[in-house]
Amino acid sequence: MRSGSHLEEVLRGGRFAVTAELNPPDSADPESVYQRARMIAPVCDAINATDASGAHVHMSSVGVCALLTRAGFDPVMQVSCRDRNRIAIQGDLLGAAAMGVRNVLCLTGDGVQAGDQPQAKPVFDLDSMTLLRTASILRDKGEFLSGRKLEVPPRLFLGAAENPFAPPYDFRPHRLKKKVDAGADFIQTQYCYDVPRLREFMAKVRELGVDQKVFILVGVGPLRTAKAAEWMRANVPGVSIPDEIIDRMKRGGKGEGKRLCVEIIQQIREIQGVAGVHIMAYRQEELVPEIVEEAGLLVRDAMKVHP
Amino acid sequence: MLRFLQNSPHALELVYAGTSKMLVPFRRVMKRGSRMERLFIHLEKWTKGATFDCRMCGQCVLHSTGMTCPMTCPKELRNGPCGGVRANGYCEVLPDRPCVWSQAWERSRKMPLYGQEILHVLAPVDRRLKDTSAWVNHLHPELLKPPAGWES
Repeated sequence: MRSGSHLEEVLRGGRFAVTAELNPPDSADPESVYQRARMIAPVCDAINATDASGAHVHMSSVGVCALLTRAGFDPVMQVSCRDRNRIAIQGDLLGAAAMGVRNVLCLTGDGVQAGDQPQAKPVFDLDSMTLLRTASILRDKGEFLSGRKLEVPPRLFLGAAENPFAPPYDFRPHRLKKKVDAGADFIQTQYCYDVPRLREFMAKVRELGVDQKVFILVGVGPLRTAKAAEWMRANVPGVSIPDEIIDRMKRGGKGEGKRLCVEIIQQIREIQGVAGVHIMAYRQEELVPEIVEEAGLLVRDAMKVHP
Repeated sequence: MLRFLQNSPHALELVYAGTSKMLVPFRRVMKRGSRMERLFIHLEKWTKGATFDCRMCGQCVLHSTGMTCPMTCPKELRNGPCGGVRANGYCEVLPDRPCVWSQAWERSRKMPLYGQEILHVLAPVDRRLKDTSAWVNHLHPELLKPPAGWES
């Protein structure tokens, strides 16, 4: 066990894991975090706290995670390289670990132009790969990047993202392997609406033997309407939705997005090398429990935080 | 002409390998802060600027990145593409430009000498080296040492 997090226990125990994304509030009230957490926590193994995703400011991931650990939830703290340099990030990793955070997802981050404050300075001092290696140096060598010793190293379960649905498609499995070489213990992918593409990707991943070294959680999420799907496809970086899915959303009535999500989870589950799903229900957290139940994934133990 | 050169990664890697060898005897005169370095800074701005849109990071890794300058990526990614690459292979941040990493990957497949280097994790950028000569730094490996914690 690298971190002793609940998520790590579940994955190493061989159970199909469920993580879910918490949309951080535009609020300074802890209750707005807890309200969302209570909705998704009973059905998932860990809660992802996003770090200004899409370059929109919300409550910080460190802040959200500190609140979540206080209440006994197991958070996955997302860390992006867009807004902070290596000095700030290493400090945050220690601070978060001291607050009980055990899972960290290392991301490059969306460009500032994707958000509502495109005037901001993009930092990108590290990239997701060097961030992963930096975090594993803190954990495994007990040192900062400079080589300076830590008194007590953080215990972290390190995650990284991959997007099998964006070009260059044949580089993606190799890039995943690079992330594992850089220190990734688990992977959470971008939204999957293209299962055949995922199958191809996973076949190559298995060929490289990478599925034996890392736990892969595939990203899923309910589409709200056909229109919302088209908007996402055009405006959210890295989201790819095939035309068939949009057509199906147009034909289908209310609840089609949820049904589709459940079906995709069931198909994903059959793919060898997939260790779990990561549900991103943007502004539809209330659907997460139904999705988990209808996908037949409800048998799970309560989340707990280790001291 | 330039486009032709950019899309001839094998020719470019041969130039890199050749220059690398050719400069070794000049190691002692090519020092940081020397006149030679100033000359090389100009030369590199000219040649690599025209060919690769070089940003003078001072720690050239072109042979590891498909002879495509990773510093022209808006996120300055040196270890592969981000997850935002558009379906048409264009950039998330600059939608009218092809993704630097899509090009890098394709070109690396045509590089028998250094093509596999793209699969290795590169150290974080040393920001102090900006606007210095990458060739001078290349001849003095102590100038390109990654942070102490990164090594071994």
